[in-house]
Amino acid sequence: MSKFSKKRGKTSPAISTASLPDIIFMLLFFFMVVTVLRDAELKVKVTTPYATELTKLEEKSLVNYLYIGRPLVKYQSLYGTKPRLQLGDKFATTADIPLFLEKHKIKVPESRHGQITSSLRVDGEVTMGIVQDVKTQLRKSGQLKVNYSAKKDPKRSKN
Amino acid sequence: MAKTSARDRMTNEINAGSMADIAFLLLIFFLVTTTIVEDKGITVKLPPWSEEEPDITRLKTRNVFSVLVNAQDQLLVRGEIMDVNRLREKAKEFIANPYNREDMAEKPTKAIISLKNDRGTSYKAYLEVYNELKAAYNELWDEMSLRKYGIPYSEDMPFAYRKTIRDEIPFVLSEAEPTSFGEE
Repeated sequence: MSKFSKKRGKTSPAISTASLPDIIFMLLFFFMVVTVLRDAELKVKVTTPYATELTKLEEKSLVNYLYIGRPLVKYQSLYGTKPRLQLGDKFATTADIPLFLEKHKIKVPESRHGQITSSLRVDGEVTMGIVQDVKTQLRKSGQLKVNYSAKKDPKRSKN
Repeated sequence: MAKTSARDRMTNEINAGSMADIAFLLLIFFLVTTTIVEDKGITVKLPPWSEEEPDITRLKTRNVFSVLVNAQDQLLVRGEIMDVNRLREKAKEFIANPYNREDMAEKPTKAIISLKNDRGTSYKAYLEVYNELKAAYNELWDEMSLRKYGIPYSEDMPFAYRKTIRDEIPFVLSEAEPTSFGEE
């Protein structure tokens, strides 16, 4: 009799969940694409300093990482507390850098060798001595594109 | 009476009800392992290695902006002690030399920034100084770009514009071999 008849009683309350897997798959693919599986476990403590004039490293495959910092507490009994260099997933000395760079180079197409960047992830508390040695070794190896890894300064933005 | 083959009896559909669960499982795995790493930093082009020391003495002193950082992270800029907060402004003034002062760069193309640190300088202090010097150039490029083309300087602007600006104010930063007074 009334103009607005009750519909609630008639419709089935179940929402079709058939498209749920598709939605989940979409999310899944998104995360699969953005995921970078960490290939190296950090054995040194690295807290990069703040800076404002940052450039972003675009292609991950063209970047190799060199970590410099003090060994984590669990490695200190073996490696001491002096700042150390870590290449890949092990402690190294500057003498190991050329081989490390070469190993990364063979994974990159030859035409792009000039675009390889070394990302130096260095702890802020480390003194320049070891950083300088690494830099010298990089120069000797002809790896001149270097990125000093830093975080965006939350207090002082660029403008 | 043909035997009904096994295939006929099977329904042609696979139960897709558990698909969502499997997808969820994978999703959670990737969620947990994901680290959206912020890969940012100050990009630097190192000079090629050469055995002999570059000779800085033949340059006119007015064109050299020397920055020294000692093992206590203190700054000595052109012979004066300076706070790192004032470095950017001083460097800009030196490069652009707006009042044509005798003791500053003849023109931006001739300006050279010479940075020297100690082996005991902390990396944080070094990077801060480097950042300020880079910022000085970035600001000068920005100002020039706005004056010439009306847009701020960025990596996305036409290459010809960038080249003109970079030719007029080239980024010249020479790093000397560090001293070793304060090695830990």
